[in-house]
Amino acid sequence: MAAYGDLLEERIPDLRRRLETGELAPEALLEAALERIAAVEDRIESFIALDPDAARRRAAALSEKRRRGEALGALYGIPAAVKDNIAVAGLPMTAGSRMLEGFLPPDDAVVTERLLAADAVIVGKANLDEFAMGGSTETSAYRTTKNPWHPDRVPGGSSGGSAAAVAAREVWYAIGTDSGGSIRQPASFTGIVGFKPTYGRIPRTGVVAFASSFDTVGVLARTVEEAAIVYDALHGFHPSDTTSLPRDREPVAPTLGRDVRGLKVAVPTFWLVGLHPDVRARTEEALRVLEGLGAIVEPVDMPHLAYAEAAYTILTMGEAASNLARFDGLRYGRRFSDARDLAALYAETRARGFGREVKRRVLLGTYFLSAGRYEDMYVRAQKVRTLIRRDFERVFADYDLVAGPTVPTPAFPLSERLSDPVAMYQSDRLTSPANLAGLPAVSVPAGFSAEGLPIGLQLVGDVAEDALVLQAAYAYQAATEHHRRRPAL
Amino acid sequence: MAYETVVGLEVHVELATKTKLFCSCRTDFGDEPNTNTCPICLAYPGTLPVLNEAAVALALKAALALNCEITRETKFDRKHYFYPDLPKAYQVSQFDRPLGRNGYVDIEVDGEKKRIRIERLHLEEDAGKLIHTPGGTLVDFNRGGVPLIEIVTAPDIRSGKEAAAFLTELRAILAYAGVSDVRMEEGSLRCDANVSVRPVGETRFGTKTEIKNMNSIGSVERAIEYEAARQMEVLAQGGTIVQETRRYDEARRVTVGMRAKETSADYRYFPDPDLVAFTIPEAWIEEIRESLPELPDARRKRYVEEFGLSSYDARVLTQEKAVGDFFEAAVAHGGDVKAIANWMMVEVLGYLNKEQKSIDAVPMTPAHLSRLVRLIEDGTISGRIAKEIFPEVIATGADPEALVREKGLVQIQDAALLEAVVKRVLEANPKSVADYLAGKEKALGHLVGQVMKETKGKANPGLANALLKKALEARRGAGGA
Repeated sequence: MAAYGDLLEERIPDLRRRLETGELAPEALLEAALERIAAVEDRIESFIALDPDAARRRAAALSEKRRRGEALGALYGIPAAVKDNIAVAGLPMTAGSRMLEGFLPPDDAVVTERLLAADAVIVGKANLDEFAMGGSTETSAYRTTKNPWHPDRVPGGSSGGSAAAVAAREVWYAIGTDSGGSIRQPASFTGIVGFKPTYGRIPRTGVVAFASSFDTVGVLARTVEEAAIVYDALHGFHPSDTTSLPRDREPVAPTLGRDVRGLKVAVPTFWLVGLHPDVRARTEEALRVLEGLGAIVEPVDMPHLAYAEAAYTILTMGEAASNLARFDGLRYGRRFSDARDLAALYAETRARGFGREVKRRVLLGTYFLSAGRYEDMYVRAQKVRTLIRRDFERVFADYDLVAGPTVPTPAFPLSERLSDPVAMYQSDRLTSPANLAGLPAVSVPAGFSAEGLPIGLQLVGDVAEDALVLQAAYAYQAATEHHRRRPAL
Repeated sequence: MAYETVVGLEVHVELATKTKLFCSCRTDFGDEPNTNTCPICLAYPGTLPVLNEAAVALALKAALALNCEITRETKFDRKHYFYPDLPKAYQVSQFDRPLGRNGYVDIEVDGEKKRIRIERLHLEEDAGKLIHTPGGTLVDFNRGGVPLIEIVTAPDIRSGKEAAAFLTELRAILAYAGVSDVRMEEGSLRCDANVSVRPVGETRFGTKTEIKNMNSIGSVERAIEYEAARQMEVLAQGGTIVQETRRYDEARRVTVGMRAKETSADYRYFPDPDLVAFTIPEAWIEEIRESLPELPDARRKRYVEEFGLSSYDARVLTQEKAVGDFFEAAVAHGGDVKAIANWMMVEVLGYLNKEQKSIDAVPMTPAHLSRLVRLIEDGTISGRIAKEIFPEVIATGADPEALVREKGLVQIQDAALLEAVVKRVLEANPKSVADYLAGKEKALGHLVGQVMKETKGKANPGLANALLKKALEARRGAGGA
């Protein structure tokens, strides 16, 4: 249906207005999404679980709500995807793992509650790397999501399903998690906006933990404005997560469009080396665009960024080994063993329930925390984390933002790095520092490689400067057209 | 060769909070299995801990009551091990920043005072409970996540008796402070003992064994005595002590090896990233310090100084806070302090012990005890009558004064009434009279007893004594004339 095709290219603020007046019904918008999903999903495989019937009931209920004359939420009637490591009551939650096959979470995650409170329509659960461990969504136990721009390329990860669903116009936005780049890297690979707020801005309650002090819930959307609207509906303290932060002083979306003239942007020299030539070129162009907007762009030296990847690896694997210890098949999820012996019961269930990458990280993480290694590895990595935080603090004493590419390369071919974990971890090299320091960061489309693959620009702000990050990204996007190009599907 | 015993204790105490350490489940003991559970304490994916401030307050109170220094900059750590009673496969505990450090408890054994140092006191969560059945092992997670403090002593204890004295005093202090109900039989106070022996004069420690499964203070004492003797015997035979965990078998009164500890377990402690490190405000510590009630040691000193009690009596009366409270309330109602103390120690505690009851569970009030003592003091009843009616007073809460009247037990104070009885008794006991007159003063006692018997115990014994003497002396005078 041609009308549906037009809807897919409309932006959330316009749709929201039409839905509010009744000119467009939530049911009709949902059908547009479901039709698009039906058309492209077997090629893209963004979703682990779809529940069209539940989504239809929800859309009908929202229609009813409007008829009753009730106030309508900021995301009223807009179809969304939720990464499958985030609990949505009524839908299974697998975290991409066999270990949780068939697991029904008892409650909504806080972020889900807030989505629903904003009148969103959740169409399904997006694919991801198993337990969010990976940079290609290939470690999912269920399916391999493809990059909508190229059928042989990865969509990035771990929020690859969320990114692909948005890029393929299956939904208007998606919720992801980012512990080392898992929102920004797939956003960069699929030509959309990926926003990782300050650590704690969106509560983690109901999100399957990978590395607790890194895990950050965030938003994937086609434009900065849409990401800001969704972020506004989701962020703020919740008593169930004592690491969560209060709301921003004011909603961010209405502040977009603020002038970026005079903004000081630091570009770490380390972030401009070892890049794919097209990434380097697009980054330089993007920085010139920022200068053209009146920003002052200068190179800076951040001496500890070179150690970010090692520190990130040790700390996240240590936390992951601890967080995943609870998956023993005894209380929930699958038990892959009939053993009468306790040790065998644990060993068989964990050996068969977890995939290769998860087992690799659990084993390494256990090693990093073990007696004799802990001081050398974990404690030292914590010190590096502190040094990286200080590098940022020093820069933010003089600058407003740190900028650079999101990923050193465009999307790589499927299966290329699956057997080369070190190369895979490399794709987090530029994104993990923001997680080590807990900073807000966004990836925004900055053009394409010679092969036509999207490339992202990354902007990182100081702690709690989420609004500034989005304002600058908005200004950049307003001055560029990259986000208007769509994949040929 | 002479050996000495060296013991360090690890004591786990459940805090008396209404809810668990990291979720809002109730902590009630004895509920249906797995009814006090939720996704948080069952470690469902996506759940996060929210620290119970009341538990931190109680742990601080315990630390202050045990004279600990408070670690103001503190944090929680994860202690990893796989076991079905531990749903997260890690226990949230405190590793290198325990809430309390360098405390002590003073004990007294055989009249000797001794200080037992406390190395650390930390806050952690309890595990669930395994129930072994013929059909398999079941898990009850009601206890999982209940706040515990772990108290670790220095190896300062030298005998089972000292260990028992330490635990008795520790129990009293924690009960006084109101941090726990310290019931060993319900597991709200649990104790493991590290026991080793070494030749007298040796300063290095011998190889230790860890003794578990001791369900009362008495069994801790017996287990330590047994284990020390066992180790000395092994060494005397030329053997060596194996470092291991041993279980105490109360029925057989022996310790039995469970598993050898070849290597110490690697718990892979690291700071819990879900619970940020925090600083305890100085003002909060002071507020808690000021809220501490008088502790057993101070109360004992006061009983000796203020009431003139012996230190032994003071110890008996202060062992349990409620007993001391009852005693002081009775004293406040009037009556001789020492008499009240004696009644408390002999009759009241005897009754409680026999009936296995706590003082809060008896209907008698402190006012009743005070009145009973005053009835003796003012001569209304004899001590014998008082003891006779006491079981009814304590068991039913009857007012002693009303009871005495109702039963007609008021002492005969009227000399005219008693003189008739004295006359009858003297006539009925010519032999005793003769014995007395022959100089056997003891015969008087028999005659007093007869007067008491005739009056069913109601005669004032002093008065009866005086009247008998007077009558007898009158006879002596008459006979001599």
